[in-house]
Amino acid sequence: MLKTFLVGILLGAAAVAGALYSIPVVDQYREVSIISVAPNGGNTESLHINMPMDRIMAGAPGGSAAWPVGMKWPDDPILANVSSEIFKIRNARDAVIGVAVRTVAREEGGDVIDWVIHLPARGSLFINMDPQPQDSGERIGRLQSGAREFEPLTGFVEERWVSDTSGEEDAPAGRIELVTRLIGTLLPENERTEEVAE
Amino acid sequence: MKYILALLLGLATGGALFAVGLAYNPFFGNADLSPLAVTDSQTVMLGYPAVTTESIVFTNDGESRVQPHPEKVLQLWEAPIRQTSVMAVVLWDGRNQTAGLGFKFASTSESTRLLDGRAIVDSVWYVYLPGRGSLFIEQSENYWDFLRDIVLPAYRSSADAWRGQWHGNMTVGPGALGTAKVTGGAGDFLGHTMLGVESQSVRAWHVDRGVIAGEGQLVIELPTNPSIEFATEAEEL
Repeated sequence: MLKTFLVGILLGAAAVAGALYSIPVVDQYREVSIISVAPNGGNTESLHINMPMDRIMAGAPGGSAAWPVGMKWPDDPILANVSSEIFKIRNARDAVIGVAVRTVAREEGGDVIDWVIHLPARGSLFINMDPQPQDSGERIGRLQSGAREFEPLTGFVEERWVSDTSGEEDAPAGRIELVTRLIGTLLPENERTEEVAE
Repeated sequence: MKYILALLLGLATGGALFAVGLAYNPFFGNADLSPLAVTDSQTVMLGYPAVTTESIVFTNDGESRVQPHPEKVLQLWEAPIRQTSVMAVVLWDGRNQTAGLGFKFASTSESTRLLDGRAIVDSVWYVYLPGRGSLFIEQSENYWDFLRDIVLPAYRSSADAWRGQWHGNMTVGPGALGTAKVTGGAGDFLGHTMLGVESQSVRAWHVDRGVIAGEGQLVIELPTNPSIEFATEAEEL
């Protein structure tokens, strides 16, 4: 019986080790990406935010537009020219796929408008927007840095406000559309060789 | 029958022994010394509250141990963002003065390997420092030490709590030395790529509320560029 017990110990340890090895502890849910090929190379993807239902946080100096209820926006003078919003972000099928923060700061040398988009299953994007909108109303931003899936990409993101015209009772007031136009950067030959070897 | 009982008892004992051995494996864990502790470059230190009720906003799926703050904030209940948390905090500098705003998005990582002592969280920070510029910090954090040194003892405690002094570097990548990748986005930092390390100091943790006393810290190695003049830790001391 002692031998059976000892064999059980070994089997139990092996079973736990096997389970930890083979069963993923974390399994992020993935929505199918809706990406199309841009005519001049690269790819394009359309993301949007339904307003106001996708707004997690809104903070601005003075606290008049503070959201959610009960949030205390800092009133330190150093933050007097900074406002930020946090949103849920959706894909073209209107499914939530991530979160994003948009910060606007008025500075002497020019306004700063930054986006960070975080898609848990894919990675993150850091975008600097041009403070001056285009004549057609949209604003163009450059991808400054990407994490994980977006790390080797460069390109632009277009931001625009689209008002709702459906007239439906429960329709959002409008949506912020973000259209990414990204292209992979060509790696130097030695780095490509390393990747293949891996 | 007694052989089956002995086998089942052995299986349970073996599983438990393996789990205990894994949890207290002395070879697992993050480096105690920050890679930036020995840098020749100037560094800037930004502190933030690790207690969620001291943040501007904290939200998650609403079913986790740490409750969203404030109470009525939108929760991240949709499947693709259910394993993600969002935090907005005021950042302070080495003099305990407000330095700017920080936003952290953190998601549990599929690169988690408990057999290797890796409880990984992929996170990004957006930091805005008025008058100086913006920073984007991309990192992988390993919470293994945190779980082993704080969470497990708290669950074993009859008070469901842990008290003590714990300090750990959370960042383990993507930099080869266990550093975060920091990209400057605007102002003085525009166009610069830097290194960073996030650490946490915890004094109290509760099973139902998470961290109840503690601070976090971001240390960023500044590029060797004379145009960036920052009140560094050395100057502050």
